Amino acid sequence: MSKRVGIEVSIALADVVGMANTDVVAAYPITPQTHIVERLAELVADGELDAEYIPVESEHSAMSACMGSAAAGARTFTATAGQGLELMHECLYVASAMRLPIVMAVTNRALSAPISVWGDHSDVMACRDTGWIQIFTENGQEVVDIALCAFRIAEDKNVLLPAMVHLDGFHLSHVIEPIIMPEQNQVDDFLPPNKYPFLLDPARPVAMGDFAPPAIYTEMKWAQEVNLQKSKETILKTWKEFADIFGREYKPVESYRCEDAKVLLMTMGSYSETAMTTIDKMREKGDCENVGLLRLRLWRPFPTDELREAVKNADVLIILDRALSFGAAGGPVGMEIKSALYNVTNKPKIVNYVGGLGGRDITVAEFEEIIKKGIDIARNGSENEFEIFGVRE
Amino acid sequence: MENYTVYVPKIITKKENFAPGHRACIGCGEALAVRLAFKAIGQNAIVVNATGCVEIFTSQLPYTSWRLPWIHTLFENTAAVASGIESARKAMTRKGIIPDTNTKIVAIGGDGGTIDIGLQALSGAMERGHDFLYICFDNEAYMNTGIQRSSATPFGASTTTSPAGKASIGQFAWKKDMPAIAAAHNIPYVATANPSYPFDLMEKVKKGLAAKGPAYIQVLSACPTGWGCAAELSIKIGRLAAKTGIFPLYEVENGKYRITVDFPKLLPITEYTGLQKRFRHLNPEILEQIQQKVTEKYEELKEKADLSGCCCQAETEE
Repeated sequence: MSKRVGIEVSIALADVVGMANTDVVAAYPITPQTHIVERLAELVADGELDAEYIPVESEHSAMSACMGSAAAGARTFTATAGQGLELMHECLYVASAMRLPIVMAVTNRALSAPISVWGDHSDVMACRDTGWIQIFTENGQEVVDIALCAFRIAEDKNVLLPAMVHLDGFHLSHVIEPIIMPEQNQVDDFLPPNKYPFLLDPARPVAMGDFAPPAIYTEMKWAQEVNLQKSKETILKTWKEFADIFGREYKPVESYRCEDAKVLLMTMGSYSETAMTTIDKMREKGDCENVGLLRLRLWRPFPTDELREAVKNADVLIILDRALSFGAAGGPVGMEIKSALYNVTNKPKIVNYVGGLGGRDITVAEFEEIIKKGIDIARNGSENEFEIFGVRE
Repeated sequence: MENYTVYVPKIITKKENFAPGHRACIGCGEALAVRLAFKAIGQNAIVVNATGCVEIFTSQLPYTSWRLPWIHTLFENTAAVASGIESARKAMTRKGIIPDTNTKIVAIGGDGGTIDIGLQALSGAMERGHDFLYICFDNEAYMNTGIQRSSATPFGASTTTSPAGKASIGQFAWKKDMPAIAAAHNIPYVATANPSYPFDLMEKVKKGLAAKGPAYIQVLSACPTGWGCAAELSIKIGRLAAKTGIFPLYEVENGKYRITVDFPKLLPITEYTGLQKRFRHLNPEILEQIQQKVTEKYEELKEKADLSGCCCQAETEE
């Protein structure tokens, strides 16, 4: 039986990538991703992981080398954050459109300027339309579990898509947590070898990345969209099988104490842990109506059905975004949720906050304030349905 | 020259890994260079292609001109993609996932994709020492997008973004010396070539493939469309590029320079420039300036070759 150990989340993630018998890691160092790739370089240097570690000269080349590696049929991993993810940007679209099953950990980081190495979701949100499977994690255990599942999902012959595992920079990447690491035999049983069907091989020549005239481009993009949407079936199946083996279950939209709640808070990533604590405390105090928490785990493909089901009994939905969409009608997650619910008849009133930018903490007391303000706005009506929370005056 | 028809089929394979039926312009020197290079490369190779003329004219869906495994992703990242393929095959061979087939990785790109936007990725891949051959098919401007200047465009050439005019001589900078940059990475093999000298080109491609580690070959590829010359002059212009010393044919093998096609006396550069519209606006002073630079650079090259102690092999012309 696996033992719970105290370990830094970045190290645990790198170790599970090692246990997955990854063939190629191509990475460029960027805070707060460094501990992940340093650990992988160490595993390779010590002969504990038989892989090629490519110390590339930029993130653009990191993702490019990953594309080459995945196209050659190797199990491929990289990690980045913030500016690094933005430098990869154009490569991200190509990796997904060319059906290359790369797994990438993103230690979510704010974007310049001003330069900030600390966490928020600005980097993710700029990449939401790149065609990658994107999954958020909240604690160290989830990082390890979701990363392991990500290889299996990405490489599944019905999927063949790259996948991002999001973990908040510093708040999650750099903390030491109690984590149950899988046993090697469990990993081997759960994760079959990568069998990429179209690999670059002189024995069976393929042409990958041809140019498409207008007569065919739309159909190719349609096929890509259908494929990404359909990947949800494999994601759900993989998580179910993971639960059967490891006993931990994951869902696209996770509910916490929602059964008796008309007011729901929605978060993504590590702040969900603080949000849960807040909800417990508020319920203990009992000076406010019962509040539940929805945590959006699966960001792409967007779990529209699961979301609608999760909010069907709610009156109020308070969404916390950790990124700004400059000049837009709300935060990126807030806008997306509104759009997913627009055609539903009985939908909750939505209040959207942006907070936790550039590593700013949101404390339990502040979460309580967000919730109470949100309830007030939703119940009593207000023009102010979108706000950047915690701005110091 | 007539004897070529007798000898050539005996020494060059008839197998075309780069199939006919592509969409290159008439008289394209690059298409010819690619064809010759891939005759030398053979079947056991994976091709990584940068965005550019070759990628576009060989790949329109649902067709392909490639009888080899071929991948194109983006413009500036070709050497990085090649690094990934090379590393993947290395790891997978070592782990017994794929058989050890000694498959060669060949990255190809134009001068823009190599010497401008792709320079960083190429430098990184050369520095890391991946075992691959990079061939730059240099037609001296962004021809695919409509003849815009690159850092490989020669001094004085008129392009759509360095147009000659009352206040402009055309391209204002000297051609970037990319083979020297490649050689400065201390890689085992660097060469220049030109499809007007097919055996020299093919020999260099074979050497580049055989080298353990990165190899870089820059192939001057005449572009009738962009250079403003008659389509049937591509071969002649290629020959003149070598004979005038404008694009000397040499190799740098483990740091040792050797001029592979040398001429006892160089022809004046006007023999070359005079055939091309891109140079037509140049006055005698500018042409003299170019002549001096070419002579000077050729002398430098000869010195390097002499210092390397390599004998020059003189080419005799019909």
